[in-house]
Amino acid sequence: MNDIIYLVALPLAMAFFIPMIGRKVRWLPDVLANATTLVLLILAGQTVGREGVYALGGWAAPLGIVLVLDSLSSLLLLIINLVSFMATLFSVDYLEKLYTSKLRYYSLFLLMVAGMNGTVLTGDFFNLFVFLEIASIASYALVGFGCEADELEASFKYLVIGSIASTFVLLAVALLYGRLATLNMAHVAWLLQQNGFDRVTTFAFVLLLVGFLVKGALIPFHAWLPDAHPSAPAPISAMLSGVLIKAIGIYVLIRLTYNVFGITPMLSALFTSIGVISMMIGVLLALGQWDFKRLLAYHSISQMGYVVLGIGLGTPLGLLGGLFHLLNHSLFKSLLFLDSGSVEYETGTRELEKMGNLSQKMPVTAGSTLVASLSISGIPPFNGFWSKLVIILAAVQAGRAGLAVWAVIGSILTLASFSKIQRYAFFGQGKDFEPGKWALYQEVPLLMRIPLLVLSTLCLAGGLILWGGLNGFWGPVVEVLLGGPADYIGSILGR
Amino acid sequence: MIYAMCFILFLIGLYGATCKKNIVKIILGLVVMEYAVNLFLVLQGWRKNGQAPILDGRTNLEEFAARAVDPVPQALVLTSIVIGLGILSLMVAIAIRLYERYGTFDVTEMKRLKG
Repeated sequence: MNDIIYLVALPLAMAFFIPMIGRKVRWLPDVLANATTLVLLILAGQTVGREGVYALGGWAAPLGIVLVLDSLSSLLLLIINLVSFMATLFSVDYLEKLYTSKLRYYSLFLLMVAGMNGTVLTGDFFNLFVFLEIASIASYALVGFGCEADELEASFKYLVIGSIASTFVLLAVALLYGRLATLNMAHVAWLLQQNGFDRVTTFAFVLLLVGFLVKGALIPFHAWLPDAHPSAPAPISAMLSGVLIKAIGIYVLIRLTYNVFGITPMLSALFTSIGVISMMIGVLLALGQWDFKRLLAYHSISQMGYVVLGIGLGTPLGLLGGLFHLLNHSLFKSLLFLDSGSVEYETGTRELEKMGNLSQKMPVTAGSTLVASLSISGIPPFNGFWSKLVIILAAVQAGRAGLAVWAVIGSILTLASFSKIQRYAFFGQGKDFEPGKWALYQEVPLLMRIPLLVLSTLCLAGGLILWGGLNGFWGPVVEVLLGGPADYIGSILGR
Repeated sequence: MIYAMCFILFLIGLYGATCKKNIVKIILGLVVMEYAVNLFLVLQGWRKNGQAPILDGRTNLEEFAARAVDPVPQALVLTSIVIGLGILSLMVAIAIRLYERYGTFDVTEMKRLKG
């Protein structure tokens, strides 16, 4: 069980180590950062199928701080570290051409990874707040990394909204400590089961709910996302959209509602309605966008709507669909953002109107974008089809056929907005297309192509994880949530 | 009573952060909000005529338990003050850069990102 601490300690140490020794040798920061994320991916891979509790400093729960590993956290760890390895591979050449100061970039990047790994593993409320802040502060700085006017503006907006949300979380932690005199999440769950809710704990729960809905950028708390995600460098956009909103937003919401406070019919109704609203408004806003990355950012809101809809249904099939879609979204959305990065790398623009016929010059980028677009629109046999199918089946099975209809409409609109990308950028041309520039374009370097190819393969093969359904890979993950607070308390406190 | 005053301070900060148009005022609003929460947190462990929670060999444990303040909120509040400082310095740095780019602190004039 001792190895899970390295998932937090290693990136934290390397974040400060790389700027210290990387100044002299040019290639060293790249190698060190990629080695770190590769080791993290291997460590995350080893957590699959294991569970247990690690007490920091040997102080057992409920007094000490504990890290808790179960199937749900290991799923999230796998996603976080896979996408971060792909993003660091992609960063090597991308940053060389478009940005300066690689040392600070890798430092902030690894801090963000450390924060996310910690958030997913921790079993302690205040520790959760600290890791949340590490990940958020690193992401605020990374959004404004280019220091242009619009990037700074997006970063400031994100910073203000994000820190209001964090302050809500801290206030909730203070209220819970004041009422229950404990910070351990399982102990809080146990005390709530014994004594029931009162006004203070209910208020604290609402504050936590609002705080993490903001971090997860669900409508109506989404205002920062369409500005912040496109402004960051492309590999960071892939991290933000692909994993950050899930690790510090959706994951914490799921954990708190299912394992700590307990899910109620009212919460289920809230989640399904927020899910449907995010799904529809996100995709409708995406249709009108002409900026490649901004369009993708609106789709993140929309796809998170699917996840929350599945989670809100609360049936085993719904949970399976929601979590499966969470995994799939991190694969195809990070792939799409990396593709937008390689288009930007060659053409120097994000405006769809200025692009054209890129499929002839950049076959790998065009092919992987096509794969990802088909996945996100839910075309068989790509992974997005299977998870959307499960969510729709779950909605019908739960007797909520209306929700299923909305999910299908959302999927069709998604297809419409992605055919726009294909039409203008890859297989046709926009209004301001410049043939002179186009003649000079070429495929991106090898190191940028590898992540694109790996992620496309995973998108194609992703449906196979569904094999066996609830008896296969997804069984233990769904059981963690269905067990509710009782199982969570049992696995940590042994009561 | 004192908790209610903390909460009023929190709401003042929230108002400043969300409704003001000047970047400096927004930053101040956030700071006020954060300090209100810090104050609330440290008050959770406060006791009238309490003693510092330091154990040495000669301390009478019963008297200690009856009189000492709770050390946990103090540790938490130190951490959260440091985090607050980190956010504050980042915010001020971004505000300075924004002023260089736009020549104003008014957020209504920064609208390159819309829609």
